[in-house]
Amino acid sequence: MEKTLHKQNINISESLMARIEELISHYPADKRKSALLPVLHEVQDAHDNWLSTELQEKVAEILEIKPIEVFEVVSFYTMYNQKPVGAYHFEFCRTSCCMIRGAEDMIDYTCNKLGIKEGETTADGLFTVTGVECLGACGYAPMMQVGDYYHEHLTPEKVDQIIADARAGNIKIHDK
Amino acid sequence: MGQKILLDKIHIPGIKTYDVYRQNGGYAAVEKALKHMTPDEITEEVKTSGLKGRGGAGFPMGMKWSFIDKKSGKPRHLVCNADESEPGTFKDRYLMEHIPHLLVEGMIVSSYALGCNLSYIYIRGEYMWVYKILERAIKEAYAAGWLGKNIQGSGYDLDLHVHCGAGAYICGEETALIESLEGKRGNPRIKPPFPAISGLWQNPTVVNNVESISNVPWIVLNSGADYANIGHGKSTGTKLISASGHIKNPGVYEIELGLSVDEFMNSDQYLGGMMNDRPLKALVPGGSSVPILPAHLIYKTAANEDRLMTYESLSDGGFATGSMLGSGGFIVYNDTACIVRNTWNFSRFYHHESCGQCSPCREGTGWLEKVLWRIENGQGREEDIELLWSIQSKIEGNTICPLGDAAAWPVAAAIRHFRDEFEYHIRFPEKVKDRNHFTAEPFSQVQHLMHKQTL
Amino acid sequence: MKVTIDGHELEVEPGTTILQAARMMGGESVPPAMCYYSKLKGSGGKCRACLVEVSKGSEADPRPMPKLMASCVTGVMDGMEVKSITSEKVLDARKSVTEFLLINHPLDCPVCDQAGECDLQNLSFKHGKSQTRYIEEKRTFEPEDIGDKIQLHMNRCILCYRCVMTADQLTDERVHGVVNRGDHSQISTCISKAIDNEFSGNMIDVCPVGALTDKTFRFKSRVWFNKPFNAHRNCPTCSGKTTVWMFGNEIQRVTARKDVYHEVEEFICNSCRFDHKEVSDWTIEGPRKFEKDSVINQNNYTRPLIPVTIQTEDHILKGREEDRKKISMKDIPLTPKNS
Repeated sequence: MEKTLHKQNINISESLMARIEELISHYPADKRKSALLPVLHEVQDAHDNWLSTELQEKVAEILEIKPIEVFEVVSFYTMYNQKPVGAYHFEFCRTSCCMIRGAEDMIDYTCNKLGIKEGETTADGLFTVTGVECLGACGYAPMMQVGDYYHEHLTPEKVDQIIADARAGNIKIHDK
Repeated sequence: MGQKILLDKIHIPGIKTYDVYRQNGGYAAVEKALKHMTPDEITEEVKTSGLKGRGGAGFPMGMKWSFIDKKSGKPRHLVCNADESEPGTFKDRYLMEHIPHLLVEGMIVSSYALGCNLSYIYIRGEYMWVYKILERAIKEAYAAGWLGKNIQGSGYDLDLHVHCGAGAYICGEETALIESLEGKRGNPRIKPPFPAISGLWQNPTVVNNVESISNVPWIVLNSGADYANIGHGKSTGTKLISASGHIKNPGVYEIELGLSVDEFMNSDQYLGGMMNDRPLKALVPGGSSVPILPAHLIYKTAANEDRLMTYESLSDGGFATGSMLGSGGFIVYNDTACIVRNTWNFSRFYHHESCGQCSPCREGTGWLEKVLWRIENGQGREEDIELLWSIQSKIEGNTICPLGDAAAWPVAAAIRHFRDEFEYHIRFPEKVKDRNHFTAEPFSQVQHLMHKQTL
Repeated sequence: MKVTIDGHELEVEPGTTILQAARMMGGESVPPAMCYYSKLKGSGGKCRACLVEVSKGSEADPRPMPKLMASCVTGVMDGMEVKSITSEKVLDARKSVTEFLLINHPLDCPVCDQAGECDLQNLSFKHGKSQTRYIEEKRTFEPEDIGDKIQLHMNRCILCYRCVMTADQLTDERVHGVVNRGDHSQISTCISKAIDNEFSGNMIDVCPVGALTDKTFRFKSRVWFNKPFNAHRNCPTCSGKTTVWMFGNEIQRVTARKDVYHEVEEFICNSCRFDHKEVSDWTIEGPRKFEKDSVINQNNYTRPLIPVTIQTEDHILKGREEDRKKISMKDIPLTPKNS
């Protein structure tokens, strides 16, 4: 594994730091490490949805743990991105219940529409499409996750609308 | 209409908010528990109720509570498992999303019963908006004096927080969940010691599913015996069923245990029958890990008795002709579904979600996926079916945690009940090139080819 | 407490694991252990090679345990009865685990420095087959440089976590760990950082396979061509008790002393391991003995130590005298040795 090739501007703002402190306060004083997962979510959301190794080292410093302890965790959980992703990350559930209700066709449709393959990001850096495992929306298939929100009962028309809304900056991705 | 315990208030407008929840009798269980009951009395009621853990394993909840180590004097913790990730299951999310205070109330009562002063709800990271809903609900509960120091003047203190995961099915396993809550990789721990003795930060810990905990307020307000009166035999109470797949009305249903599978599937009150009225081919009744049932074993057991929605009836016949209620992830397949593709899909899931700690699961799940992928894509060999059977049998029972078993069972069941479909894929590779191969030409229509060809 | 393993009864202290009890007994019943390491706290339970059948739980609760148990992490109970090599199920499980560990293994023993002292080789020899049922592409990892002392071959790794625990328990600055998940889990520093502290070399000794090998010994010799001797020196950092691996008068490698289960007796420091390779650095105690079926014994290194003059170069360069006479070099004068 190589040191991150892409540069990331690290900015732990005052409000972010306050939120981190709040999260840390949820655990006993000698268990700061326990806050690692929620803190990484907050930090990632504030840094274009990805975590460079430098940023991970910064988190280690805040939580007073070794950098490798952060690397181990970040690489284990699928929601942490170790490389830059599009501003709108379309994560389609592709597990059985969604698959039999047309998830694969929906992924193909979206990829064709955006002119990319699954796992790729559009040249303008706006969209990334990935297939992910069960998101717990089996009865509302096909579906995808964009940021903090689920978009369910997808149809080609709905996908078109979401893409158009995203281009216009009209969809909410984080609940802050 | 069966009795509702969890969802009876779900349609009240604004029930998400503290005020509406409180006006509709919310937090009465906390009042009753703190004022009139001792922790042990609550544990006894839960024991009497016969409530089984609703996460999938079905372990009696009261018994689990009674294992918690109270002698060591260490702080104790209750952790709610809201890491719902079993394919086919989305009931906990439904509860937390629509009536979050029910879980908070359940957590307070249960923590009191267990003598915990610091408890957590561990929710999967993908449910980020639900995480925020819970965070708000907890803040409201603090503000109203249901959490914090000296709750309602009872002298009982409880801090409750919600903690989010970040995308790992394995964190639904209780010891992996605890590791994750400690800010580590979700590697399941070796048991013993069990969490009841040494769990979160080496303290005695109980981990319970969202639905299990949400039942506790009702049990406290009524009684364990009342709860045990609902349901059927040892399957007491109600169960949330997440229904998905090729049915008319997918969604979450609260049923009284003991309802027949036939009624649940076909009555308009529940699933409303098959989507587009196509024939029923198979059913996974309890989430992806449990064995798949072929059409002839769904409504009737092998002994020709009605199949009921109970722990016992669904597992009637063992793995040879039965399955499990599991987490209640009810996935229905019609004749356009390909069992080979579906089994491959499940295998890909387990391969993707294996933590990688122990060798049979780390190596075996990937192997299963690769072989299944070859068969599904027309590159299977006759010996591959035996190979799959052998691999799954070598994983099962030999791993640290149940994920290995969960990866093995669906493969075993698919081969057991749908072997001819695997053979068809191997013998007619050109006919399975398209991924929707059974949509235009369901297996029942091409099955006759199998009899014409001899090897 | 009384425990019976494969029909042999023995008394052990409370807190003993089944594996430890079996090791006290010795012999064929000792389960193989690929991840457990008695000197590392929290090790074991992962490889599943040491699974045994508990046919009687204890005197108090005689029910058999439903699943095979990892003997390295299962404590003995009074009256417990264990089946190791007397259980078909156990032998089957060992075969399965061996197969799982090998499907993605590169099987590059001919070029692997660990060959001859590799636990995976031994396990395959005992429980493996000569055919494979795995026709898929093997998993590979990008090579990673972790410094000039230790060579990391991730493709060979079986993820026993021993090296991670070594770094955790012997040093206070662990820089490597297990990253990624599932069958893509790997040992890595994530940032290609050199693993360099005064005890890092012990990672090589605890590695059961050829995933971590001594870079200063790389491709120098097959281990069975070396003569291992116990040696010691006055070391300010560690006990200074080592095994030196000699080829002629040259010390090619220094390791800790390993017992019959290939566990080190005492961890040693990097200075002893990497920086002291002169014979004069060491007091040689005598030949280091290995278990009787070890390939290292092929070298008959336990014979009395006689100084050997290596004449390889002379022979190779000049050939035997009688041959020289027969062929083209007969006109070239042969200078007498030591002239």
